[in-house]
Amino acid sequence: MLIRKAPDLTYADVTPKSVYLDRRRFLRVMGIVGATAVAGKSLFDLALPPQVAFAATKFTNLAKSDFSTSEKQNSYEDVTHYNNFYEFGTDKSDPAKNAKNFNTSNWVVSVEGEVAKPRKFTMDEILKVAPLEERIYRHRCVEAWSIVVPWIGFSFNSLIKLVEPTPKAQFVAFQSYYDPGQMPLGRWAGIEFPYVEGLRLDEAMNPLTLLCVGMYGESLPNQDGAPVRMVIPWKYGFKSIKSLVKIKFQQKMPPTTWNLSVPNWYGFYSNVNPNVNHPRWSQAKERRLGEIFKRPTLMFNGYDDQVASMYNGMDLKKNY
Amino acid sequence: MRALLTSKWTKVAVFLLCLVPLDALIWRALHNGLGANPVEFIQLTTGRWTLRFLIITLCITPFRKLLNLPDLIRFRRMFGLFAFFYVCLHFLTYLGPDQSFDLAAIWKDVAKRPFITVGFLGFLLLVPLAMTSTAGWIRRLGGKRWQMLHRAIYFAAVAGVIHYYWKVKSDVRMPLFYGALVAILLLWRVGGWLSRRRSVVVAKLSSEGARADAAR
Repeated sequence: MLIRKAPDLTYADVTPKSVYLDRRRFLRVMGIVGATAVAGKSLFDLALPPQVAFAATKFTNLAKSDFSTSEKQNSYEDVTHYNNFYEFGTDKSDPAKNAKNFNTSNWVVSVEGEVAKPRKFTMDEILKVAPLEERIYRHRCVEAWSIVVPWIGFSFNSLIKLVEPTPKAQFVAFQSYYDPGQMPLGRWAGIEFPYVEGLRLDEAMNPLTLLCVGMYGESLPNQDGAPVRMVIPWKYGFKSIKSLVKIKFQQKMPPTTWNLSVPNWYGFYSNVNPNVNHPRWSQAKERRLGEIFKRPTLMFNGYDDQVASMYNGMDLKKNY
Repeated sequence: MRALLTSKWTKVAVFLLCLVPLDALIWRALHNGLGANPVEFIQLTTGRWTLRFLIITLCITPFRKLLNLPDLIRFRRMFGLFAFFYVCLHFLTYLGPDQSFDLAAIWKDVAKRPFITVGFLGFLLLVPLAMTSTAGWIRRLGGKRWQMLHRAIYFAAVAGVIHYYWKVKSDVRMPLFYGALVAILLLWRVGGWLSRRRSVVVAKLSSEGARADAAR
């Protein structure tokens, strides 16, 4: 026998998906509301899960910089949702999603190697090394796209002066944070972690080289390399290492991650150079995010006045 | 099942379904959903759908045989033409936004960069297949020759996978996944071809054996 029963539920009875997905918090909040009867907004806030992520700090009284470009800045949305941060996934939209809960509290940057005063810096100490400036830089990725970002930080050489490199220090090696637990997608990236980068000492001393702690007036979002990163505007973006934990001064040229991965594609210097192509694509042009057609790429990303002299007499085709 | 497959409406429905990726792109374009680099997004999406439609097209023959659904053939041309449709969009994003329709630059790029070369070859291979996809052309060429020509899809699919593999910087899981699908579909054909050859040989041998027996 067939028992027919008219459906007594309509679509209006369906629990909204957002409430369903959030049912635990919903119940908790409802419980608190019921129990206290005077539940105001403050209680509602208490019911929210604790925020692990580095909450954005606003920076005020930022000094302006002569190095800043007057070109149109990219939107905050673009710069925070189009990222290469392979520890959090290789798709451009991955880091924004997967770095949400990246824990950057109690951050320490260790400075070691050929220096008279090796030491560890907490974030509070880093923020006091030098007055913070806003630097609006062009940022050119090796994948032939570019952005204009208002970074916040100070010339890296301020920190170098504090630790006093010895005469043996010829190069600076940088290392990113890596925790497979917080970065489970890192194992699929196809490159070795922790991510490492390096500069020649004179490049590191160049006033353009920025130790960066923020952008758009705030502390760095996780997907853009929180809480502290390098920004080297005349080099391809991958040189500007993110989420920095170690800086080592040394005599030898340090290994760098992409060079280790594919040596004939990515050199140690990786200066932006429209005349030296990536084996797979041309570097002559780039697409500024927000534009359809490509624009010509500038030598040293347009910073030749500040940096070209460092490479006098060097064959930049060989030292790509 | 047969009625469903041969219904005119199924064909219309499948046709509309094949347009969903394009609709999704248009919808995103109108709702600011193409991300920070819209050209790249369209390029990637149309490229992936080209590969997917090539793979779907290559699935028709094995599915017809394995599932005993010969009527699936009714959809093969449509899937193949959609692969061509999406590769045309893909190619246009390269010609326009990437190269600003500068033919000299395009020619240099195609000649110089293996990943572009192989992608371009794959595209070229699909052109005659799209052109000769009509019943008239099948008649004009004759079934055998037409079939020979249309085996070019095997090479186009392989070219597409290599193009994708060479494009990716380090995380090659997606291209390998598509590569594995194409490999399975092509190996199935090699397998069929080998077993047919063997059965021909066996048939020949047994008929020779029979003749020998008869002669004895």
